[in-house]
Amino acid sequence: MNTSHVLSSAKAAAQSDSNFSAATLAGESEVIHQDWRAQSRSSDTALVQVRGLGKMFTLHNQGGVRLPVLQNVDFDAGPGDCLVLAGPSGTGKSTLLRCLYGNYLATEGSIRMRDGERWVELTRAPEQQILQLRRDVIGYVSQFLRVIPRVSTLDVVAEPLRERGQDAEAAREQAAALLRRLNVPQRLWGLPPATFSGGEQQRVNIARGFIGGHPVLLLDEPTASLDADNRAVVVALIREAVAAGRCLIGIFHDEAVRDEVATRILPIQPAVPAGASE
Amino acid sequence: MNPQPLLSVRDMTCTWDGVHGCRDISFDLHPGEVLCVVGESGSGKSTLLQAVSWQVQPESGSVWYDIRNRGFVDLASLSAAHLRLLARTDWGFVRQNARDGLRMQVSAGANIAERLMAVGERHYGDLRSTAGAWLEKMEIDANRLDDAPAAFSGGMQQRLQIARNLVTYPRMVFMDEPTASLDVSVQARLLDLLRQLVADLKLAAIVVTHDLAVARLLAHRTLVMRGGRVVESGLTDQILDDPQHPYTQLLVSSILQS
Repeated sequence: MNTSHVLSSAKAAAQSDSNFSAATLAGESEVIHQDWRAQSRSSDTALVQVRGLGKMFTLHNQGGVRLPVLQNVDFDAGPGDCLVLAGPSGTGKSTLLRCLYGNYLATEGSIRMRDGERWVELTRAPEQQILQLRRDVIGYVSQFLRVIPRVSTLDVVAEPLRERGQDAEAAREQAAALLRRLNVPQRLWGLPPATFSGGEQQRVNIARGFIGGHPVLLLDEPTASLDADNRAVVVALIREAVAAGRCLIGIFHDEAVRDEVATRILPIQPAVPAGASE
Repeated sequence: MNPQPLLSVRDMTCTWDGVHGCRDISFDLHPGEVLCVVGESGSGKSTLLQAVSWQVQPESGSVWYDIRNRGFVDLASLSAAHLRLLARTDWGFVRQNARDGLRMQVSAGANIAERLMAVGERHYGDLRSTAGAWLEKMEIDANRLDDAPAAFSGGMQQRLQIARNLVTYPRMVFMDEPTASLDVSVQARLLDLLRQLVADLKLAAIVVTHDLAVARLLAHRTLVMRGGRVVESGLTDQILDDPQHPYTQLLVSSILQS
């Protein structure tokens, strides 16, 4: 069982190497390419394997319009990776992250996540298993914080630890440490984040995403509305997570941030509408 | 999550007149899991709730429940007395109108204590202090213990109904539109209390609602019903963010953006 896992992931790594060469030809820098090769040698097993992933939206109430967003996405990502999804707006980068979190259903292809010793096929996993993966394996920092009425900032951040059964006080202490580091003023911690500014909400969301220490962390433009100081804190958090062997997959429109954190770039190609090539 | 479900529904059909009701319903509910059933009026969601909780007997199919110290049992095999005991101890029922779930003529404290007495608690001081503690947990002043629920506001009545149901620490709660009759400002408080209680007490719950925001806030999973059948089911955030069925897409696109 174990041997076959190692073999199959080695094969998959070789396969994604050739995919990446194609990407390099498409214009990504050689430096990042070499950087990635160094990474791939040190990490022998992937945490995420995506093969032939496609996502098509069918809008039944608008005449059944079919919108292809992702086609044939292939990649592997493992410990110590910070894989940056690149491409102009509207190419499906956020859609890809949402598919990896089980928030969107993949239309075709496979998404596999490693949970300790076993692989889980996300596209066929029962709901309970996806919830368990979200608790233990996959973290997600969405673009916007979803505010829950009456729940304090400290508890919003501590929740991922509480869900794993951690003691309330210990979880709050960790939450406080992260909020302090992200320069969220202490006078706000007891309040629900509903009335906070965009930048404050985003930092609360980042703290909530990072606190769980999930092996795989998905980041959807985590620095979009932050000032330079706070952007630097987030860059430091990302680099620490990568150094600790977590696997990050993210979207960063800010080029400076992208250059500082990326260990690899995955260009996302716009999907071709059905029939357009004929 | 626990691999063994708490409740299993298989091919259940329950109609009132051979036409209206729910058909071919199958799902599992695990301990600590909250399931919302959404759909328009007349889609069969309340019938589903009544049949699953054996308030009406389904015409076909089966409902299995993991009874404490006994294991997985087909509800059809239980005696009426045993079903009553189950409903009074391990299950809770929260109704849309608190008046249907409360005894309006006796005090708030007696409403809470009644369920404890049903499981054999007799000590007056203990009953009173437990009832008082539950009132405070539900953010009702313990001084109101001797007041009749008729003197309470709608939101307080609804919270009292929840206290009355949870005092025996059931593992499974059935709720029919628990927030529908309340003002929006009162809804938020009730929803937050429910959210906390469900998490703290590891309650499994089936919540019937037409309000997708309630599903988003409370439910791990959601069933979408139309014309008596489940047309789509999945993780709540997936159902709301990437609905597949035409009817679910219509429901989701009809939400007003605030």
